[in-house]
Amino acid sequence: MPNESKYENDIASIRNMMDRTSKFISLSGLSGILAGLYALIGAGIVYFMVHYPRSPFQYRVETIQPFDTLINLFVVAMVVLMASIGTTLFFSIRKARKVGVKVWDSSSRTLLFNLSIPVVSGGIFILILLANGHYGVVAPACLIFYGLGLINASPNLYDEIRYLGYSEIGLGLLSAALPGYGLLFWSLGFGVLHIIYGSLMFRKYDR
Amino acid sequence: MSNPFSKLDKVLEHSVRLQILSILIVNESYDFNSLKEVLDLSDGSLATHIKTLEREKYILINKSFVDKKPNTRYRISEKGRQAFKKHIDALELIIKEQKK
Repeated sequence: MPNESKYENDIASIRNMMDRTSKFISLSGLSGILAGLYALIGAGIVYFMVHYPRSPFQYRVETIQPFDTLINLFVVAMVVLMASIGTTLFFSIRKARKVGVKVWDSSSRTLLFNLSIPVVSGGIFILILLANGHYGVVAPACLIFYGLGLINASPNLYDEIRYLGYSEIGLGLLSAALPGYGLLFWSLGFGVLHIIYGSLMFRKYDR
Repeated sequence: MSNPFSKLDKVLEHSVRLQILSILIVNESYDFNSLKEVLDLSDGSLATHIKTLEREKYILINKSFVDKKPNTRYRISEKGRQAFKKHIDALELIIKEQKK
């Protein structure tokens, strides 16, 4: 009966249209894995610049760094951020081409806008606190605002991203309760969690 | 038992119109050009389907200008949302009946 397949096709095309127009399906799990690796490398460099030879698990007392160390930290952070954004763009464009959709469409526009509200306001908030010498707030605030950004953007992403957001917020709060371990929590949140969720998404959506 | 086919929405039996509504269900609003790209239709054919949906008051239209170019955005109306839901329920019923 020809009608049977028509109705089933209708249902399938509804699903397809809903996902294609509302979700940014070009995001690749590989970007997450690589961004996580960059974050871990960056955290490693910072560890050797600032903490070495103390163990990374040891409580750190002094917080105020010489000014040129701060500049170096900023450079490392920027390089990690730029490398992660570049990698994400590269893999998204590649995947979009493979799936046959556009990278820059209404779902990615909404997604970027929603992500940037918490992330940009959090970034400014952190810079203001840094200018006032509150160094201890950086790691928890980065994690919490990034988590909020992911949750805010998650309607346009795969469901896993929302759970990544919850995990980042949880880690951020823990980090706020345990000052002095900022770098360790930062590495867990931006390194390890990205690698875990990136691998999950890679297994589920990229193959 | 009533015939599930009679519950299908005549307007939505055309798959393009059904697809337009499913896009508007998950997106607050959507513009003409993006619809055209996603559905891979010509201007004329999309306009015809839009007109039909508009006549049934299933969608709401918002015309504005962005950089002096006309930008027409569509939203689903409450009536459209209900019609969509009823149609999907009927489709589900039909498929279930056929699987028996």
